[in-house]
Amino acid sequence: MSEQTRIAGWTVLLALLVLAPLAITSGRWIEFMELTLFVAVLGQGWNILGGFGGQYSFGHALFFGTGAYIQALLQFKLGWSPWATLWFAIAGGVLVGAFVGYLSFRYGLRGSYFALITLAFAEAFHVLSRSLVAVTEGGRGVALDLNLDPDRALTTFQFNFGGDFLKAYGFYYTILVILMLAYAATWWMEHTRFGAQLVAVRENEDAAEALGIDAFRVKLGAICLSAAITAAAGVYYTQKFLFIDPGIAYGPTKSVEALFAPIIGGLGTVLGPLVGALFLHGLGEFAKETIGLVWEDRPGLDLILFGVVLILVLAFLPRGLVGLLDLAWRRLSGAAPAARKGKADA
Amino acid sequence: MLEVRNLSKRFGGLLAVDDAELTVPEGAIVSLIGPNGAGKTTLFAAIAGFLKPDAGRVTLSGEDITGLTPHDVCRRGLVRTFQVVQPFANLTVRDNIAVGAHTRIRGRADARRHAETIAAELGMSEMLDQPAAALTVAGRKRLELARALATGPTLLLLDEVMAGLNATEIEDIVRVIRGIREAGVTIFLIEHVMQAVMSLSDRTYVLNNGAIISQGTPGEVASDPQVIEAYLGHGASQAITREATAAGGPDA
Amino acid sequence: MDGAAATAVPSAGLLPFGDKMEFLGIDLPSYSWATVFGSAISGVFLGAVYALVALGLTLIYGVLHIINFAHGSLLMLAMFAVYFLWKLLGIDPYVAMLIVVPGGFLFGYGLQRLIIGQSSHGRDEIILLVTLGIAIVIENAALFAFSADERLVQVPYDMDGIDLGVTYAVYPELAALGGSLLITLLLWLFMTRTDTGKAIRAVAKERRGARLVGINVDHIFAISFGIGTACVAAAASLLAATYPVHPQFGYLFVLIAFTIVVLGGMGSFVGALVGGFIIGITEQLGRLYLGESLGLITISAIFILILLFRPTGLFGQRVR
Repeated sequence: MSEQTRIAGWTVLLALLVLAPLAITSGRWIEFMELTLFVAVLGQGWNILGGFGGQYSFGHALFFGTGAYIQALLQFKLGWSPWATLWFAIAGGVLVGAFVGYLSFRYGLRGSYFALITLAFAEAFHVLSRSLVAVTEGGRGVALDLNLDPDRALTTFQFNFGGDFLKAYGFYYTILVILMLAYAATWWMEHTRFGAQLVAVRENEDAAEALGIDAFRVKLGAICLSAAITAAAGVYYTQKFLFIDPGIAYGPTKSVEALFAPIIGGLGTVLGPLVGALFLHGLGEFAKETIGLVWEDRPGLDLILFGVVLILVLAFLPRGLVGLLDLAWRRLSGAAPAARKGKADA
Repeated sequence: MLEVRNLSKRFGGLLAVDDAELTVPEGAIVSLIGPNGAGKTTLFAAIAGFLKPDAGRVTLSGEDITGLTPHDVCRRGLVRTFQVVQPFANLTVRDNIAVGAHTRIRGRADARRHAETIAAELGMSEMLDQPAAALTVAGRKRLELARALATGPTLLLLDEVMAGLNATEIEDIVRVIRGIREAGVTIFLIEHVMQAVMSLSDRTYVLNNGAIISQGTPGEVASDPQVIEAYLGHGASQAITREATAAGGPDA
Repeated sequence: MDGAAATAVPSAGLLPFGDKMEFLGIDLPSYSWATVFGSAISGVFLGAVYALVALGLTLIYGVLHIINFAHGSLLMLAMFAVYFLWKLLGIDPYVAMLIVVPGGFLFGYGLQRLIIGQSSHGRDEIILLVTLGIAIVIENAALFAFSADERLVQVPYDMDGIDLGVTYAVYPELAALGGSLLITLLLWLFMTRTDTGKAIRAVAKERRGARLVGINVDHIFAISFGIGTACVAAAASLLAATYPVHPQFGYLFVLIAFTIVVLGGMGSFVGALVGGFIIGITEQLGRLYLGESLGLITISAIFILILLFRPTGLFGQRVR
């Protein structure tokens, strides 16, 4: 695919996402899009470390939860403006990322061991957020004060009680902007030395070291960037639902959600997390409308399907759905399939 | 250019490198030979920062590089290749070489352009868009060399770049190595292919059981009875120059 | 009911021992030695339960060198099997072992042979994700089929037991302790005395060499996974009378089981047993001194410290 075609493709995709609310009038489908984009943001955060860097984290809730908690607590305890707290929330996520990354990478944890230590840190934060009641309000969670005044919807970052437009589309565009920033960061990374070195470390750490790459620093950079994006998803969550508790913040659900979309969409590809999120949540909705109607609405159905899709993709599509799309595109455009470019170019 | 003084490396009870002393003068091609398991690769790894030596000093152009990390060693101009090639399998040849080029070049496009220049020098231009995983053994060995060269080294440590190649491919790579030296890069190589060692090296060191047992010009070394003993037990002296000895398996 | 944790002796009637203790500037409550000792004893019982779950995990790691994230969900599934055998057919949970252990073996064998082995292309990081996928499917299938309710097998003897002075041990706890010791012994005998066990050890040590001498490595992998799953099924019937089961039950245990496996040394049976006791006692003392909630931090802390500073664990060798 030529550079022009790619840029054209991205422009069309962006235009579609920006204009989507014109076509979607039902609140339910806007909610669906919001959830999908939220999962795509989580996924892109994970993808930077896991897909590009090859470091599979099983505890990305660490960064999501830290972002969400700081966003909630600074408002709740100190009465700060949500627009001020969000910087601290993201910085907090980065700090936790740097801490966990420093320890894990300094002591050379790779592969399964890295997955286990991230899981252990997430669980440690889970216990702490439940126990340190004086700081976090414990298991009760933190509920933010509602603002019912439409005029203050913007200043309080509580669009659910804003005017017609904000109420309907405020959070959709919020998460779209976060997604665009996450994509811009990934795009930037892919086109810099840092990105090239990160991929080299994923492919072969010893060879990368021999070629002058400080693998420790590169991985540390990746985990910080990854944490920043994931913490931003946490900020969004707090503002959207005005509530956070230890289970939501640091439980296993968010860690798992973060890795589904990029693996199914295509590990180490820019487009992967969005494609994966759209596919998964489309599938989830479809299942609810069909199978779900047979046995009333029971929980668990969508995750069963996600797990099955995950295993199938791992078994048959090593480059994920994006790899499949890429193949289809080559067939259609009649391009010679011989010259497979780097993984990151797919 | 490279000075190794009293270098030792121990693995448990095994003394893999025993008080090694050697010098690689600037602009030279120096070779390191020895039977399988002599400790050649371990010595390379200790020089290039992959293993911390238990004793001794390594200096590069007068600068102490003992115990530095591999990436620091590389940035100071010493880069090694691996006996078992370590390509970035999912990346194209161009991107593989560009990773090496990034040691000195920040920009992505510039690094890729430099990679193309290096590839042209090594006769790899046609392979630029292939993934490294699709290359032949000879292609991978050459990629290993190209990547190392792209870092802009002053000293190259080549670990058996000829193993597994056929006669024509060996001739090609010998020519390439000569060309690299002409361009001003000093070369220190481990090799089992004796003809190549004889024709390329200005000086040869022989390692046996971790210790350097002989040194000199390739001719001098080949006729040293100690060396012959190390290779063949009690064998005939001319046997060492035979290909049969040379095509030995991988070094432990 | 909170398993063995609930058996700690009430401290109200006992005299505080010595002066107030201090740890990292925090005033710790001080207890009599009897309370501390009683708590440690109940930690031993809890540890036996943990060790039971960890044994299968460490076997699978020792042979396949993979971390089986589905282990906890397999435990949960086996507990549901025991529950329904009791509920629908009236089979005592300990007798149910005769059914769930062979069943677990077959299930694990098939899982490895048909799904994990096929889809992972032999790459460790993919296996990790495949087992995670399996865990998610099993957990949510249980949620979908059985709902999130807690279910407990009720046996007439669940409150009977022996008074140990400092604490009271009920029969199910004693059974778990005896069971974990017995299963460790049986595994050790199996691995050292039988041909299959020797083949498993050969594969664990030298995969390629084992293939060369004609051992069917795929079969051995699946056998190991089957035995690991059979262990977890045995654990399920030993736990069924004390722990209520629900779909998320496995997650609680999986992190603890990983901690034990890493602490004991991946692949070591004795390590799993000793690691289980260490973690059980630590958890109980942690709860006693730091409180029910914060006490759990001791497990994550041990896990993180071991991973960082001694990733080979206490008994860090391969399958023995």
